[in-house]
Amino acid sequence: MKKKVLFSLKSPYREQLDVIGYSFGHGKRSLAIVGAMRGNEVQQMYVCSRMVKELKKLEGSGRIADDCEILVIPCVNYYSMNLGKRFWAMDNTDINRMFPGFELGETTQRIAAGVFKELQGYEYGIQLASFYQQGNFLPHVKMMDTGFTDPELMKDFGLEFGIVRKPRPYDTTTLNYNWQIWETKAFSVYANATDEIDEKAAKEAVNAILRFMDSRGLVSAVTSPGYRTVILDESDTEQIRSGAAGLFLDVLGRVVDPFECETVSEIRSPAAGTIYFAYHSPLINEKTVCFKIIK
Amino acid sequence: MTETIASVALAVNENLKIQKRRIRNGAGKTRLSLVTGTHGDELEGQYLAYMVGSFIDEHIDLLDGIVDIYPALNPMGIDSITRGIPMFDLDMNRVFPGNKNGTMAEVVCSAIADDISGSDVCIDVHSSNIFLKEIPQIRISVPTAETLLPYAEMMNVDFVWIHESATVLESTLAHTLNSRGTKTLVVEMGVGMRITKEYCGQLFRGVLNLMKQLGMWKGEVVPVRRPIISVGREVGFVNSDVAGIFVPYADFGDTVKKGDHIGNVIDPLTSKVVEKVEAVCDGMIFTLREYPVVYGGSLLARILQPVEGGKSA
Repeated sequence: MKKKVLFSLKSPYREQLDVIGYSFGHGKRSLAIVGAMRGNEVQQMYVCSRMVKELKKLEGSGRIADDCEILVIPCVNYYSMNLGKRFWAMDNTDINRMFPGFELGETTQRIAAGVFKELQGYEYGIQLASFYQQGNFLPHVKMMDTGFTDPELMKDFGLEFGIVRKPRPYDTTTLNYNWQIWETKAFSVYANATDEIDEKAAKEAVNAILRFMDSRGLVSAVTSPGYRTVILDESDTEQIRSGAAGLFLDVLGRVVDPFECETVSEIRSPAAGTIYFAYHSPLINEKTVCFKIIK
Repeated sequence: MTETIASVALAVNENLKIQKRRIRNGAGKTRLSLVTGTHGDELEGQYLAYMVGSFIDEHIDLLDGIVDIYPALNPMGIDSITRGIPMFDLDMNRVFPGNKNGTMAEVVCSAIADDISGSDVCIDVHSSNIFLKEIPQIRISVPTAETLLPYAEMMNVDFVWIHESATVLESTLAHTLNSRGTKTLVVEMGVGMRITKEYCGQLFRGVLNLMKQLGMWKGEVVPVRRPIISVGREVGFVNSDVAGIFVPYADFGDTVKKGDHIGNVIDPLTSKVVEKVEAVCDGMIFTLREYPVVYGGSLLARILQPVEGGKSA
C-alpha cells in the first residue's frame, strides 16, 4: 500500500487540505474508488476506509492481480466535514458539481481538477454516492447512461438492483458523468446512509465492490453470494410524493398534522414493488418524495 | 393585483407561496415580466422591483400594457440569507423547467416558468454573490444573442457579456423561457446581500426605456448609455494562487494595463505579502472581489480586454 497526497490546498489559517489516496498493486490503472466529496458523507468515507482495510489484506496475501493498480480516496472534502457543512464552507459550492474542474478556476474547480487528474485513465471508477434528501437507500448501484458504460457490468456488484439514469443538464458536471466522458466505466454505489454509519449497509457495499473486483479479475476475493442484479431504467421506477405537509410517521406511512395529530395524508403505494428509497426525517413538506419504488 | 402563482405546504403550519404583482393599464397587451430573488442572497432586484412598481403606480396613466413583478422566486432563501432552496441544498436556477408532477422544487419551478411564459420580454435580475461586485451588465448566450442583443442595448447597462452556452445552464430559468420564445435578459449587478442604489437607479431607467421601446410606456425617458459588447473581446480572469486576505489597490471600473499592480494577498500572521496581484491583460475591471478572505483559486477580478487592435475598453 502506498499512501500519497494527491492534491493540496492552503487555507489562510487552517492546516493545509491534503487529499489522500491509497494505492494498491502495480501497473495498469484498473479501479479508482472515491468516497466523501461532501462534508456529511460519513458513511461514504467509512465504506472507503473499510475498502482500504480489505485491500491491505488482499495485497498482503498476494491476491491483487498482476498489472493492476487500485486507488482509494476515502475523503476529498474533510475540510467541510470538520466544520459540519455539506458543501465547501467558504462559498457553499459542491465539488461534485465542478467536474472535470479547471485548474486555473475557482477553488472548488481547482480541487475537482486536481482530483480528476489523478482519477483519469482508470478502467473502472466507483463513487460512493449520497442523495440530497434525508433518507435511506436500499443498497444499489447506479450509472449514467452516456452510451459508454455497459449497464450489464452492474451485475458484477451482486446488489439487488442496478439502475440506469438518463443524465440531466445538471448531471453533466458530476464525477460519474465526466469519468465516462474520459472513458472510465463509472458507477455510483449507494450504501444507504449519509451522515450516520449503517454497519450492515456498509458491509454490503464493501462486499459488492469486492465482488465486482473479483469478477473483473482485479483481485481474488471470497465474498458471500450476491443477488442476481435486476437492471432497470430509472424512469421505470415510481416516486411517491407526500400529499400533505406535517409530521412524517414513516413506520406507519402517514403524515399527521403537527399541532393536532390528525392524519392529513396516508402514503399509499400506487404499485407493487420494492422500496429502494425511504424518506427519513420527522418533518415533511407537501410534494416531497417519501418513497421510491422499483415496480 | 397580487396573485399566488404556486403554493406548497411546508411541514409546520406554513405554505411556501410564490407571488407576483400584476400592474395593468390601457388596452395594450404587451407584457413585461420583472423577475428576481432566485438566489436568496441576491437582493439588488428587491429595490429595483420596488422602484419600478412604485413609479408605475404614481404614473399609471402612462402605462399601456401589463407589468408583472415577481420579487421573490425563492422566498425561503431570501428569508434565511440562503442562496439555494433551504433544506434541499438545491440551486433553484438548476431546476428549471421543473415538473408539474415532480417534487416541491420542481412543482414550484414549473409553475413559475409557465406563468412567465408568454411575456414579450422578461428581465431576470441577479446580483452576483457576496464575494464579487459586478458592474451593471446583461449576460446572454451565443445562440440567443441575435434575438436578445437589441433589447439588452435598451437596458442602460454598462456591459453586455455574450458567453458560450453550457449544457449545465440548460436548467436555468432564462434558458427555459428563451427556448419557449419568451425573450429573457439576465441582469447581473452589484454584490450579494446588499443594495446598491446607484445601480438600481441605472437599471430602473433602463427598464422604463425598454417599456418605451416596447410601446407600453407613454412617459418621457432619459437617454440610455451604450453598453460595451463583449463580441471580439476576451475576458481576463484574475484568480488568487494563494490563501490569505485580499486587499485591492485598483477600483471597480478602472482601466488597467497588463502587469499593473491591482492588489495584494496578505498574511496577517506573518505580516507578509504572499501574492502581489497583477492585471493579466489590458482592459477594464468589471468584476472585483468584495470579500477579503481567499483560497487558491478565489476569483479576484475580471478584466474586459479591448477589441483586438482597437481602442481600450
